[in-house]
Amino acid sequence: MNSFFEALIALHIVVGAFFIFVGSFGLLKLPSFMSRLHAPSKSTTLGVGGCLVASMLQLWAAAGTISVHETLITFFLFMTAPVTAHFLALAYLHTQRSIDESLPKPSPNSNWSTLLNEESMTHSNSVRISEKSK
Amino acid sequence: MEETVSTSPERKSFLQRWLPHPWTTVSLVLLWLALQNSVSNGNLLVALLLGITLPIYTSSFWPQRQTLRNPFTVFELVVIVMWDIGVANVQVAWLVLFKDPSQIRSRWVSVPLEIVSSEALTALAAIVSLTPGTISSDFSDDNRFLLVHCLDLEDADSLIDSVKNRYEKRLKRILI
Repeated sequence: MNSFFEALIALHIVVGAFFIFVGSFGLLKLPSFMSRLHAPSKSTTLGVGGCLVASMLQLWAAAGTISVHETLITFFLFMTAPVTAHFLALAYLHTQRSIDESLPKPSPNSNWSTLLNEESMTHSNSVRISEKSK
Repeated sequence: MEETVSTSPERKSFLQRWLPHPWTTVSLVLLWLALQNSVSNGNLLVALLLGITLPIYTSSFWPQRQTLRNPFTVFELVVIVMWDIGVANVQVAWLVLFKDPSQIRSRWVSVPLEIVSSEALTALAAIVSLTPGTISSDFSDDNRFLLVHCLDLEDADSLIDSVKNRYEKRLKRILI
């Protein structure tokens, strides 16, 4: 393995580690729950991505084999990270709906699906039941 | 709802019964081969077995057959999303490291949507969440609006414009 590859691998590890650091630092620094939720998305994309590219380059340069496991890790992270963020945001909306007044309404006659309150749910259910009984 | 999901076997063609989701089959085969990290006859056999049986067993949870149109647009979309993730990463890192937390203008934005299929909506929400600085938080009850939380944003129209023109326009060409 020549020094060019070593420098390239080191560069990828440093860039990845930098973004993982920024993601963790953001968790510490940002003021509110929703803004803190933005911090880990940096670690999962460029942070982990940089380390995985370094790992692939290392295997390719040292052993001469191309490893695809790293792309799978990226793929699975890209599938699961948005779901986690989405559920955390939904939990926030449920607990904070009366406090957060900056939340816009989608349109006059609809609402965000997690905020449909119990009264309207039971109302629509009872309407459905009465329609069925007719 | 029960009427729309037809379970009568004689109404389905041979291909629809044995390959209900061809793209799922292809991706499962590729996924299994990638997990094994090698292509041999035995691996290929197990991959094909999994790729054919899993979609058949799960097809009742996923009755509509989704077709991918314009495979080149998929490639284009992936490149654009990768580029946007890189750019947004640097922007958000700058924001986190050097901006005064009290100056960060976090806000909610409601993005009107044109796509309707649940696969396309899922893909759009995932793309928005993966780009640092924006998180897709909820859909409206009629699936016509996407609630996006932005870390630092001056005007909402630029975000709506970029989501619609960069991602949704291309997703509409791939899925319906």
